[in-house]
Amino acid sequence: MTDITKNEKEAWSGGEKPFVSSYGKLMMWFFLVSDALTFSGFLSAYGFMRFKYSHLWPVAEDVFTHFPFLKGDHPLLFVALMTFILIMSSVTMVLAVNAGNKNDKKGVTLWMLVTIIGGFAFLGSQAWEWGHFIHGDKGGIELPNHEIVHVVDEEEHFYSIYDLVGVDSYADDVNITIDDVKEALAQRPDLGIRLTDKSVVSDAAAQAYLNNAEVVLGANLIRNEYGHQLFANFFYFITGFHGFHVFSGVVILIVIFINVIKGTYERRGHYEMIEKVGLYWHFVDLVWVFVFTFFYLV
Amino acid sequence: MSEQTGTWWIWRVFWILLIVTAVEVILGIIKPALLIDNSFLGTTLLNLIFIVLTIIKAAYIVMEFMHLGHEVKGLKLSILLPAVVLIPYLVFILLTEGHYIFGTL
Repeated sequence: MTDITKNEKEAWSGGEKPFVSSYGKLMMWFFLVSDALTFSGFLSAYGFMRFKYSHLWPVAEDVFTHFPFLKGDHPLLFVALMTFILIMSSVTMVLAVNAGNKNDKKGVTLWMLVTIIGGFAFLGSQAWEWGHFIHGDKGGIELPNHEIVHVVDEEEHFYSIYDLVGVDSYADDVNITIDDVKEALAQRPDLGIRLTDKSVVSDAAAQAYLNNAEVVLGANLIRNEYGHQLFANFFYFITGFHGFHVFSGVVILIVIFINVIKGTYERRGHYEMIEKVGLYWHFVDLVWVFVFTFFYLV
Repeated sequence: MSEQTGTWWIWRVFWILLIVTAVEVILGIIKPALLIDNSFLGTTLLNLIFIVLTIIKAAYIVMEFMHLGHEVKGLKLSILLPAVVLIPYLVFILLTEGHYIFGTL
């Protein structure tokens, strides 16, 4: 037991690596700690505003409902696929690090390549997700007090405003006015307007709510058809910041991949660079685990 | 600091992450009434389950994939302590305050 303290003292008196880790890896770790605190700042700010506006906050299942080539509503399915892609690319990254520890150039090349493809797959999925969020789904109505309400059917499921007025939502020049909605709604007594307190009004009461209201189609930094504006702003900011991390990660991976092929690390005698970029890549996965929970699940 | 040999441990962690994510997605889709109607610590049981599962996933990524569980104690503590102390503190302060100003201003 006394030997351990003695060794620890010697380890810190210079000439040794007390953390048994290289300078580069340590600095990557400390960068990741600061980045983790940055992301936790963003996510707690999101939580703060969500708690403040909890009654106006959209429900994620009503927002992210699309899945490529499938019709209808499939909440959580696409984001589950994105999570799977990122976990999978994390696994191939570990396999690359593992091959690097054995100085196996072929293995590192293969697994780095697969990881880069996984990174691009994730970025593509995120672009798809953003595209659908920007375009919007079923449309919303903004009341004069800036609250967003939705048209619902008898089971209180959101009913598409596009279907209501009979317009193709992917047509080039979609322009739906509140008068179109009022007119169409008058013909459909089975539909109603769900207010922010979750109560549903129909017929004359619904028409009264629509006076001086506006139709909101899609979500951006100024308007958000799904609910409170800050939901869209935080979504773009946090998933955008994370996506930027993924993009940077892919660029760094490509640079290191080229070095692997050129034999830079083979000549250097070790593949520690793969470990460093691996730390960064796993961190990106780690952040997504939290974004997934707090944007899509909770 | 025993070096893990082979790749079996990588796939073990992969399956854990995959199964935990699948459980989260399934719970998120079926939303069991029992877990939604019961609250604890100011939120539903379902949300607490999500948060616990998320922390389990995060722990496996950091400890196994990022290899932190196999580093020396000093390195482990200097990475984990700032995050484990500061982040829950910040979350606690901001969520309490957010709840307090609910519907005001």
